[in-house]
Amino acid sequence: MNNTEIIAVLNEFLAEKGIYALVLILFFLGLFGMIMCKNYMKKLMAMNIMQVSVIFFFLCLAQKEGGMIPVLAGSVTDSGAYINPLPHALMLTAIVVSLGTTGVALALLIRIKNQYGTVEEDELLRRMEE
Amino acid sequence: MTIYSIRPFFAVVVPLFAAFFIMLSGKKPNLREFWTVLASFLTAFIVFSMVPEVSKGNVYQYTVFRFTDTVEFTLRTDAAGMLFGCVSSFLWIPVAFYAIGYMRQHHEKEQTGFFAAFAVCICSAVGIAFSANLMVFFVFFELLTVATYPLVFHARTEEARFSGRKYLIYTLSTGQLFLAGIAVTYYLAGTCDFTAGGFLSAETAPNWIMQILFLLLILAGAVKAGMMPLAGWLPSAMVAPTPVSALLHAVAVVKAGAFCMIRICGYVFGPAALTALGLDQILIWFAAATIIISSLIAMKQDNLKKRLAYSTIGQLSYIILGTAMLSPLSITGALYHIAAHAIMKVTLFMCAGAVIVTAHKENVSEMSGIGRRMPITFACFTVASLGIAGMPFIVGFISKWDILLGALEANRPLVLAVLAISALLALSYLIPVCYTAFFKEDKSGEFTAYGEADKRMLLPICITAVLSVVLGIFPNFGGHLYTFAVSAAKEITGGLIGGGFL
Amino acid sequence: MRHLPVLIPILPLLSALLCLIFSRIERRLGKYAVLAALAASFFSSVLLLVKVTQSGENIHYYMGGWMPPLGIEFVVDPINAVILAVISVVAFFVCMYSQAFLKESEWLEQGGFYALFALLSAGLLGMTITGDMFNLYVFLEIASISGYGLIALGRGKSVVASFRYLLLGTIAASFYLLSVAYLYAITGTLNMADMSRLLMHQLDTPNVLLAVSMLIVAFGLKMALFPLHGWQPDAYTYAHPAAAPIVAGLMSKAPALALLRYLFSIITVESIYVEIGLKAIGFLGACGIILGSVMANAQKDFRRMLAYSSVAQIGYIAVGLSLGSVYGLIAAVYHMVIHAFMKSLLFMVSGALQYRYGEVSISIDMLGGLNKHMPLTTASFVVAALSMIGIPPTGGFFSKWYLLLASLEKGQFLFIAVIVASSLLNAVYFFRVIENIFISKDAELTSLQKEERLEIPFSMLMPIVLFGIAILAVGLFNSYFVEEIIRLGLPEVLAV
Repeated sequence: MNNTEIIAVLNEFLAEKGIYALVLILFFLGLFGMIMCKNYMKKLMAMNIMQVSVIFFFLCLAQKEGGMIPVLAGSVTDSGAYINPLPHALMLTAIVVSLGTTGVALALLIRIKNQYGTVEEDELLRRMEE
Repeated sequence: MTIYSIRPFFAVVVPLFAAFFIMLSGKKPNLREFWTVLASFLTAFIVFSMVPEVSKGNVYQYTVFRFTDTVEFTLRTDAAGMLFGCVSSFLWIPVAFYAIGYMRQHHEKEQTGFFAAFAVCICSAVGIAFSANLMVFFVFFELLTVATYPLVFHARTEEARFSGRKYLIYTLSTGQLFLAGIAVTYYLAGTCDFTAGGFLSAETAPNWIMQILFLLLILAGAVKAGMMPLAGWLPSAMVAPTPVSALLHAVAVVKAGAFCMIRICGYVFGPAALTALGLDQILIWFAAATIIISSLIAMKQDNLKKRLAYSTIGQLSYIILGTAMLSPLSITGALYHIAAHAIMKVTLFMCAGAVIVTAHKENVSEMSGIGRRMPITFACFTVASLGIAGMPFIVGFISKWDILLGALEANRPLVLAVLAISALLALSYLIPVCYTAFFKEDKSGEFTAYGEADKRMLLPICITAVLSVVLGIFPNFGGHLYTFAVSAAKEITGGLIGGGFL
Repeated sequence: MRHLPVLIPILPLLSALLCLIFSRIERRLGKYAVLAALAASFFSSVLLLVKVTQSGENIHYYMGGWMPPLGIEFVVDPINAVILAVISVVAFFVCMYSQAFLKESEWLEQGGFYALFALLSAGLLGMTITGDMFNLYVFLEIASISGYGLIALGRGKSVVASFRYLLLGTIAASFYLLSVAYLYAITGTLNMADMSRLLMHQLDTPNVLLAVSMLIVAFGLKMALFPLHGWQPDAYTYAHPAAAPIVAGLMSKAPALALLRYLFSIITVESIYVEIGLKAIGFLGACGIILGSVMANAQKDFRRMLAYSSVAQIGYIAVGLSLGSVYGLIAAVYHMVIHAFMKSLLFMVSGALQYRYGEVSISIDMLGGLNKHMPLTTASFVVAALSMIGIPPTGGFFSKWYLLLASLEKGQFLFIAVIVASSLLNAVYFFRVIENIFISKDAELTSLQKEERLEIPFSMLMPIVLFGIAILAVGLFNSYFVEEIIRLGLPEVLAV
């Protein structure tokens, strides 16, 4: 297999599945961050990354080649001409939910910081023991 | 013929309601005791009102409601159940009076809880007697476990806490196995209604499954009946107040265990299946070993209540032995021994309690000459002791004689030998108490003056002692108990009974 | 009458919105709004339950008149009708119970608390009634976010516990959303009934495999299935005492029912992946039963012990699901019902102790002589404890009985051993408490509240005693529950 063939295969993969691979990487990046980070703020950011990846995934499902944004454009009534609006609508809700979750989480973090003076997990555990 | 009547249900519910009222009237002792007495008479009245019909071979039956999607909550009074029901409901009356006297004189704490738990125990004992299927049986069996627990830890000392734990570990663990066994039985047979002669046969499932199933079912009964090596809880439970020991550890709990074994052997498996699976042999040898070992241990006990406890263990194994031999006469004897032993052991325990309250003595070695102070108590004690040993004209003789004949019938000479030895052993651990009480010199001089126990305690003792003699002469006196035993044995074995007392 | 299904989640939702405003006007008004809404939800769900069991047909409600698969659908079948009734009745009485804790607080605290409370109830009710997969996600998040708030309101380490739960809860929600995406990708619908129809011919595609595994992780996290229960003990232990009963009693039930719905009605057991998934759930459930009970035994703190015992109890539901037979599902659903009552009662008792003695944590050693100070509470506690152990005729016994029958049917003897062992372990830790109450010397606790005629305020005592009676009643009339309700609602594959 020479270089051009490899590039062709790679191209095809990236064109067809590449976006899914990226979403997957993003998702696991978020998950990894939530598990590995010791700082609660960072955990929260990782959580957001994870949520965003799920939203991306849904939006990818909605795409179709040559699709327009789902706003009625003049006389074009063929549904094939528009991208699927449903995932977008769903993801609007999901974004709102994610916003709500982040808000609650930040409020909790402020209270943790006030109560224990830190959001580092190791330090926090030590202070909670006392 | 089956009579559909609500009477069995009332017999079970009356003590339960009594418990409720007792809890409510905790601040007024007299009212509280009134409920106990009223309920005891009422329960006995309801139970005995069913005796005439049942002795003719009829059966009362009442279905309360659907218990699970397929099993009904049915109460049924067949001959065996009636026998146990009569014994436990009747004996509640003297013990209730005795308990009132004992608890008041001893200034025990927590009397309200005590009497309430007591009533619940009676409710479950009657319920066990009248259960028509394994499921209902299990309900009352567990209720009995739970209701007895507060009675065991009544003293609220560290020792009581320990005994309570021991009791729960033994009973609850085997209770759960029992439940698993019931589920398996139900799954295999599609029913769990008690049927005389058994509804499982050796062919229901592979042999090893049947053997394990038998083990699962029988262990709960064996623990409550105090069969060795599962008897450890019984002597420890003697920390409870004496009326508790009297009624529960001589009547309700242990008899429920023995009755459970009779139900399992006679009404779930049946003689044919047991013999085919070779399970009767195992039971017989465990029971025989228990009889001998417990008698030997009893001889060494100085604490009177502990001695009686070990004697109970031995006597209960008579019932198991009689059941396991599966001959008509031995089963008759076993069933009748439920009644016989209950009456005698209640007398003995009540005497021991009277001594504790009146003379504050618990150990046999301290009782030299006490018979001069409490002659009536110890006369009764002697009568009951002789009965336990199997003296003719006392009720114990009848059941033991039947078991002996049953052993002959079943052609088991070794069992005969065990029975003979144990009768001697029984003499050797109970009669010395009487001897010490009456004939040993009273060195301390404590017991010179006459000072009997309180009348509320003395009267019940006399009644049960007299009753054990009367029943020894007329085994059918009062409640047709012997008839019940015979007809139940006939049902189970399907055989005719030769010999015996009818 | 036609709009009854939508009233069930909408009324608590509405009351949550109005609660703060009402509280601003009069401190207690918000609370009454929530109580009224929950009562109305309860009556509607009971009416629906009666209707659905009598007619034998499921009730469908289309939001805004949009027919599925386009619109959002609410479905009431006998099983979720009974769960709806249980959720609303438990929420109502816990709401009543919580009054005493908040009687002196300001309008903002009161209004906020009851708004969260109503949101949580609305979320759980919505999760149960909805027939739309994305709608379920929304309600799941409504319930979760308000749950985080209620947990954080407690004292001590509650904030940290709540934050941890938030992280894990969000992971669960993301996994759920992903599995919805996978199913949506191959069917293009979000309606559950429609999905079930369209999935029928592609049950063995990789999408289904991914969806099933993610569903199990998502709902496993939410219902605290072992080994995904890490968040649960802290959250239950430190939650606000007034909210702990509903958090502990109900928050695991709606996800469990959703899991049942997915595995048996939507994807159905005909898929090989569901079969494997069920085996895994059964194994995890059995491990959870044993380990939860063992951990509960190791706890000194009363609430922590109850929290670990929840892990074990969820295991029962999981085992029931995994057996997948008629009796297995009966046991699972029945256990959801009875466990909701038992756990909320037990947490109400612990909350009552905290209320009366003002302790932050109630240790088991402190309970000596409780029967004298709080007789009715103790009696109800004993009933619940016996039910947890499985002593007949309390409700807990029957879920065990049906579970035993189901295990026998399927030849799963291991589960029988697990059930027997767990009953004994339960007995050990509950009788340890009972022993402490009745035998130990009186603990030196001083009552914060002034001596009154009742041991605790009537508004607290009544729910506790009523739930004690309910445990007995649900146990005694279980044949009615099983025959007339649960059996009718079994998934079609199993219906007899």
